[in-house]
Amino acid sequence: MNWVRKDLLGLEELSKEELELILSTAESFKEVSTREIKKVPALRGKTVVNLFYEPSTRTRVSFEVAAKRLSADVINIATETSSVKKGETLIDTGRNIEALKADIIVIRHNFSGAAIMLARHVNVSVVNAGDGWHEHPTQALLDIFTLKEKLGKIEGLQVSIVGDIAHSRVARSNIWGLTKLGAKLTVCAPKMLIPPGIEKMGVNLTNDIDEALKNADAVNVLRMQFERDGETAFPKQLEYFKEFGITKERLKQAKKDIIVMHPGPVNRGIEMSSGVADGENSVILEQVTNGIAVRMAVLFLVAQANEKIKNENTD
Amino acid sequence: MKILIRSGRVIDPANNIDAVMDMLIEDSKIAKVAKNIKADADKIIEAGDKLVMPGIVDMHVHLREPGREDKETIESGTKAALAGGVTSVLAMPNTEPAIDSAAHIKMLKEAIQKSAQANVFICAAITKERAGEVLSDIPGLKKSGAIAISDDGASVENDTLMLEALRLAKREGLLVIVHSEDKKLSCCGQVNLGFTSTRLGLRGVSVASEYKRIERDIELAEKAGASIHIAHLSCKESVEMIAKAKKKGIKVTCETAPHYFSFAEEAVLGYDANFKMNPPLRAREDMLAIRQGLSDGTIDVIASDHAPHTENEKDIEFERAEFGVIGLETELAAAINELIENHLLDWGKLVTKMSLNPSRILSINKGTLSVGADADIIVVDPVKEWVVKKENLLSKSKNSPFIGRRLKGFVEYTLCQGKAHKWNL
Repeated sequence: MNWVRKDLLGLEELSKEELELILSTAESFKEVSTREIKKVPALRGKTVVNLFYEPSTRTRVSFEVAAKRLSADVINIATETSSVKKGETLIDTGRNIEALKADIIVIRHNFSGAAIMLARHVNVSVVNAGDGWHEHPTQALLDIFTLKEKLGKIEGLQVSIVGDIAHSRVARSNIWGLTKLGAKLTVCAPKMLIPPGIEKMGVNLTNDIDEALKNADAVNVLRMQFERDGETAFPKQLEYFKEFGITKERLKQAKKDIIVMHPGPVNRGIEMSSGVADGENSVILEQVTNGIAVRMAVLFLVAQANEKIKNENTD
Repeated sequence: MKILIRSGRVIDPANNIDAVMDMLIEDSKIAKVAKNIKADADKIIEAGDKLVMPGIVDMHVHLREPGREDKETIESGTKAALAGGVTSVLAMPNTEPAIDSAAHIKMLKEAIQKSAQANVFICAAITKERAGEVLSDIPGLKKSGAIAISDDGASVENDTLMLEALRLAKREGLLVIVHSEDKKLSCCGQVNLGFTSTRLGLRGVSVASEYKRIERDIELAEKAGASIHIAHLSCKESVEMIAKAKKKGIKVTCETAPHYFSFAEEAVLGYDANFKMNPPLRAREDMLAIRQGLSDGTIDVIASDHAPHTENEKDIEFERAEFGVIGLETELAAAINELIENHLLDWGKLVTKMSLNPSRILSINKGTLSVGADADIIVVDPVKEWVVKKENLLSKSKNSPFIGRRLKGFVEYTLCQGKAHKWNL
């Protein structure tokens, strides 16, 4: 199986084989971070631009570390300090970055579809680091990678996703990725945070957290954002914790070795108790570590594919 | 100047005609419709195997002049109209400034006089600046030449104000065209609410935001005894609501646009803003209900809702892109492809929905091929196929969802007030 896409925009369009290729590539890159000299020359001479229209520390840093461990040069653009403030359009910004002879743009944007739109207009590789409520493919890939590492497989696993599904790109990417790989998904949220038609993505629905935890091999807990463009999402934080928060008590009803994941940053006492976040079921920090391997794999694969595309065009 | 259109299949539902005949045009009028006309014509159009129909009357067009001449002008918009077989348009008032006063109508009329290539009728705003707060001088609008009023693009939120507008319109003999949308329900929506909005991670527009406002508008029209025309139906519930009102004998008519019977919501999955309009593309069953409504007569009119926007306003992040698509140049072919080809309409009914009905609803002397009528005529090759190409569109804006589509049915000639335009691929 060869990777042929110049971009990684979402998991919806990927095949099972493509997902598996990213995961196996990530596996081989994971070891790099354990070396004394944490670097391979795979992307030496390549330039990766992190173009972030939304504040983000963990994803941006993870991409930066991943690119640097592949020996790429990394430039970070945060929109607060750029010409975007002066009214430059996304396409113009993208083309300017391309004119600098960059090789990969890693884009985080508050608008759904922004990465897809950008990729249509530039020849450099585009990696989606989260677009609106749409997709966050590398986050889902690192979640899946972590699950696979812990449990040995994805096929047949029972995975529950809990929280604000409606506004979550992490949820969407996880659902696409996990269902393609054969996991059984349950999403659990207050009714108003379940987007319409989500069951057509092949998931079960519940509003009962205990039911979501009951037979789950893993639970992925989403970050709750209580203020979002003035929309009322869920009335009170404490009320949310009472009804949906993951506690040691609740985990007693679940499988003993249930995996607890969270894309971070965790709101302790809202999505889960500190005891759970720091407890033996939690793999939150391992997720962070695995994020580097997964992003190294993605950067490597898209760069290689684009190299090939360029060579074919000049032949 | 005499033009003879020879041996075309004349489709003129106003006169119950569907037969191969000749047609003689003298200057700007139809002089004779008969078999084997012998005449000393200055120009002969051979229309064997072609259809001869009254020019399309498109009662929902945004010409953007005055104010947004970067998107479209009266000249470019009416040129595009002619290319699409449209000889009359109703210009919507959401220009800058909005057409909400006698003075603005006068100014607009002068601009039309100067540069229009087709017949342009004026629809004025119900409320000042279309803000929904103060009624325009409705009698004054009528006196200045508006033939309808609408705040299109917005719905008049205030029930009392809307009722008053309907009463005045009735008294003045003006048609009220409504954009039925409850903004409280649709707010910030980008695409149809449902699996599509979920997949794309975009806010959704519910069908309720449309049909609930239609329900109110019909209720108010009934109360006022006024004629009301509902613009751009997009969903099944709206069609059902209109059918119910018509059964009750309420004076309501309605239109849909070609995109609602040509595409379902899945078309928007690539975040291509050329499929972004308001109301949005709906589910497949809605698209089928729209087709059915056209077929069974619930929907009276096909109008384009031609809404030009520049590339800078469309080829950007989807949520920032403007709502609306152009349609003048593709509406006839779209209707032929989806409605004639699928046997939902016959040619007579197609002409009724695109020319005769809008003329009747607007009370204008168009939509027929009667002797003495204005020579607004199109000659259509019903089987000729063409591909919609951005570079061939005459509209100043290129935001068409049909770009790249192969369509059957090509307008060979458009005669507007007797002036003939020939179109080539």
